[in-house]
This record gives sequence, C-alpha cells and structure tokens, in this order.
Amino acid sequence: MEPPANWLYTDIVKEHFMNPRNFLKEGEDFQADGVGLTGNIKCGDEMQFFIKVDKERGIITDCRWLTYGCASAIASTSVLSEMIKGMSLDDAFRLTPKDVVKNLGALPEHKIHCSVLGDKALRAAINNYYERQGLTEKVCKEQARVICQCMNVTDHEIEEAVLDGARTYLELQEKTKLGTVCGQCKDEATELLNRYIEEHFGGTIKLF
Amino acid sequence: MQNQYIYLDHNATTPLHPEVRKTLTEMMNEYGNPSSLHRLGRAARQKIETARETIANFIGAFPDELIFVGSGSEANNTVLNSLSCSSQACRLERNLRDGIVTTAIEHPCVLETSRCLHERGNPVVYLNVDTQGKIDLDHLRSAVDENTALVSVMFANNEIGTIQDIKTIAEIVHSRGALFHTDAVQAVGKVPVNVRDLNVDFLTLSAHKIYGPKGIGALYVRRGTPFCPLIRGGHQERGRRAGTENSLGIVAFAKAIEMRALEMESESQRLIQYKQILRAGIERNIPDIRFNGHQTDSLPGTLNVSFEGAEGESILLYLDLEGIGVSTGSACASGSLDPSHVLLATGIGPELAHGSIRISMGRENTMDEINYTVEALTRVIKKVRAMSTAYKRKN
Repeated sequence: MEPPANWLYTDIVKEHFMNPRNFLKEGEDFQADGVGLTGNIKCGDEMQFFIKVDKERGIITDCRWLTYGCASAIASTSVLSEMIKGMSLDDAFRLTPKDVVKNLGALPEHKIHCSVLGDKALRAAINNYYERQGLTEKVCKEQARVICQCMNVTDHEIEEAVLDGARTYLELQEKTKLGTVCGQCKDEATELLNRYIEEHFGGTIKLF
Repeated sequence: MQNQYIYLDHNATTPLHPEVRKTLTEMMNEYGNPSSLHRLGRAARQKIETARETIANFIGAFPDELIFVGSGSEANNTVLNSLSCSSQACRLERNLRDGIVTTAIEHPCVLETSRCLHERGNPVVYLNVDTQGKIDLDHLRSAVDENTALVSVMFANNEIGTIQDIKTIAEIVHSRGALFHTDAVQAVGKVPVNVRDLNVDFLTLSAHKIYGPKGIGALYVRRGTPFCPLIRGGHQERGRRAGTENSLGIVAFAKAIEMRALEMESESQRLIQYKQILRAGIERNIPDIRFNGHQTDSLPGTLNVSFEGAEGESILLYLDLEGIGVSTGSACASGSLDPSHVLLATGIGPELAHGSIRISMGRENTMDEINYTVEALTRVIKKVRAMSTAYKRKN
C-alpha cells in the first residue's frame, strides 16, 4: 500500500494518467466516422474525440482522443474511451461527467470541471457522425450547447437570460457570468443574444 | 538516481540547512520568555538580540531596524496596512498621502492587500512589466505623484526570478517624497542585498526560503520611518509587533543567515552554471519552448520555461512520477481558471502561461540531478505532446 502522499488523486486516476488508453498516436491512420472538438486552450484545456461507428447497429466500435489538459482531464478521457467501446450512440450521448468520475473512483471538487470536456467532446463527435450520415434530426437531440467554455454557460441559459430581461452583452454577462474569463465567446454570445431577442421580442421592442 | 527525490522547488521552500537543524535541536529546551527578568528570560533575550545583530549585519541594517514577524506575508501586510490607519498621528506622519503604487507581478499577499486597501479608499496603481518581467520605469515616474504614500516593488520575482533595479526605483520614489518598500523574500541570501546601499525604507525577509525554518520572517524599517503596527497589545519588538517572540525560529533564522554569508557566493556561481546546463539541455532536446524571465538579471537558481502544446499540471505530475519536484504557472494546479498572473503580465498569453514550469534549484542539487532532469523533462514533454490537440494542430 502506498501512502496517500505518494499521489494526488485516486489510484485509478494515476493508472490512467500514467498509461492513457486509446489516444491517437503519432502517424496513426484512424478512419473516424465522427470527430468532435471542445474546450479552449486559453482556459487551459481542450479535447478532441474520434469515433468509429457500426452504422447498422448504431454502436461505437472504437475511439481515439487527444487532449491539452491536466492529469484529471487525461485520466477522465482515458477512462471514458474505455467505457464507450461497444456502447450504443444513444447511451454514449447520455453519459455525464458523473459517470466518468464514478469510473475514476473520485476527483477532488475543484477538478470536476476538468472531467466535463471528455463527454462534451464525445457528444460533439456523435453529432458530427449524425451530420455526416445526413441524420440531422438526430443532431437536434442535443439538449444544450455550451457557448462559454470557461464559465460553462449554455445557449439555453442565454435564452433564459434574454427572457429574464437581458438586452445587452453586459446585462447578459451580469446574469450568466458568461465571457468573464477569456472572453472568446463574445461574438457567438452576442449573435445568440440578438437572435433570441429577435425571436422572442422581435415584434415588440424598438431597438432605436 | 531514481531512488532519491530531486527537489527543484526551492522558491516554494527549502530544506533545513544541517547547521540550522543542529541549532534548532539545541534550542528546543530553551523555553524562557525573553520578556522575563529571571535568568531563563535573560538568556533567551540575549540569544534573540545576538540573532538580530547577525541578520541586521548581513543586510547592512542597525539591529533596532529589524522587527521579527511570523512570515514574509505578515511583513508585507504590516507595511501596506499601515497606510489605511486613519488616526491623525499616522496621517500626519505620512503627510496625509494615501496612494499606493505597486506592480502587476507581486506576491498575492501584496496584491490582495492592495486590492483590499483600494476598496477601503486608497488609490492603487499597478505598474506594468516588460516581456522579461522588469517594471516600466517611465510608468513608475508617471505613477508616483504628490499623493503617493508608498511604493512596493518586489526585489526578485518568485515565479520568473527577474531582479528589479531596486536602487534606481528607490531613487525615483524618494525624489517624489514617497516611501519605498521591497519584498526581498526571494533575494536575501541568494544575491547581495544591502539596505543602506539600496536606500530602501522597508524590506521584507523570510527564513524558510534560505534553509531556515518556516514561521519566521523579519521586516526592516529604516530608523525614523513612519510605522504603524499590524499586531498590537505587547511591548515586544519595541512595541512594533506584539506577541511572545519565536525565540527558536529567530535563533535558527540567524543561523541560516550565518550559513548564507559563508555559502551564498560559491553556491550562486554553481547554480548559475547549472542553470546554463539546464537551459542548453532543454534548448537542445525540446523544440517549441520559451524561457520566461530576465536573461541576466535573474535569481541564480531559477529557470522558468513554457512548452507549447503541453499543459503545466500534467508536466508537473509526470515529473513527480519521475522523482522530480517542480512547480507550474498553470491554472489547473491552483484550482482557479486563470494561469499565473506574473506570466500573463509579461504578455506571453494564456496558452504559454498554462504550459509553464518553474525549476528552482538550491544548495543540495548536483550536476547529476540536473542532467537527469533534462532527460526526464525531454521524455515527459514528448509524452504530453503526443496526446495534445494543440501540439498536433500546430505541427
């Protein structure tokens, strides 16, 4: 038995960190059916998932990943890549960071946000697969799209903020805290803000 | 080599010097309160005053200009907080001025305290630094005005090692009638520091960065400088810092200083050589890197380097598994979303800040350890980059 001081996280995290499974090796020719990228390197983590799909049965047969991230991000993606092999696309799409953390044993609270990128990248890859297959109605299954990666704010929350009275980018920031770290999402958030204003209040508000 | 842990985090803290350990052991049973009049008290008092002399001598101060405190953070807090005292006497002493000028790369204990003072109404200006971490002297000249009470600029930066031109800065500050404080926690005992030569009003020292024990620091306050205590309620330290003296820590601090006087020069030459080897080894073996900090005006044992496409916490933990202890400016290591404020202030951008490693060497490191570190670092960066989205995309 190792004393706990020998490692920061659980033994499973350590094992996956030391021997990460299924990452895309240099020069490896992996013919992916779907690819998804999420995260933002400015915030310190970015994740990419590549999946192969048995098209008839709708099952993930193999996968690869890449990440720019900390030990928790590497370990959680590695463990996720083992979990999804043989899993149906529907089940894989429903995986949450909680499922990943459970399979890792545990993560310290301040590290949970490092584990959310894996399943997000996976969902992006699954959506990408649906898009490539022309199954656009499947893509719509996604519940919410994260716009601000740093503060984890989704398009749904932006819509709610608009319904709640946000009319300017500053008001949107006040309500959701979006764009308060790296600010990269400003353009996309502003576009959504205007779209939701138009959608919900287009006929009634005078903008000038 | 792998059997022994290679400690390269001396800017965080240092192991005790064997002589300091000996002093601590000897002092362990000396429990007398230095304020007591009986012989146990008098013995403790004498030891403390001898220690004060040793340390004062080392930095060119008078013994009565040194106040023992619990840490470097306490010393810094004491200096900054004395500005917010609104008693008439304190205000008159500092000519009713209440402005603070400090830098963007200070230790959090200065930055947080400044922020707090700002909220209480003191105007605060944060000076910019250039790409190598030197403060902008023109910015200093324009920022210090007739309302500036205090300027606080760290002597040597803990993360990138950059050493400021303290003497010049003190001159500029004094020419505008303000007081000057420097946090010299990373400098005293590593590079020559003389308060008379530098002409500073306050200077912060700490023991545990130079092979002394934790929990003991000192604040130099030039004779005649306005001063307001942070901790009140006792006559200790001439009424400037209440609380029974940490006699064990103080005597051990002096022993650490005594050893610095003997070893500093030869050690610093050795560490400069190690740093060159480390630097050359990294440059030779690892592409797409950037060294942070000043090329020449830098702490002898500190090397800060950023690796493109490799995240710092991963690098740190892989090195840890290889038996090497370093630190990183990555956000992930601190649990916050922001990477090192020091690196960001030098303008390198968040990606390189997240991918930074600080190697800080000390007296027990050997050439073999440095060579092994280059090997291990080469292996680790290769491994991290092989998994990296960012590095793949770039190449």
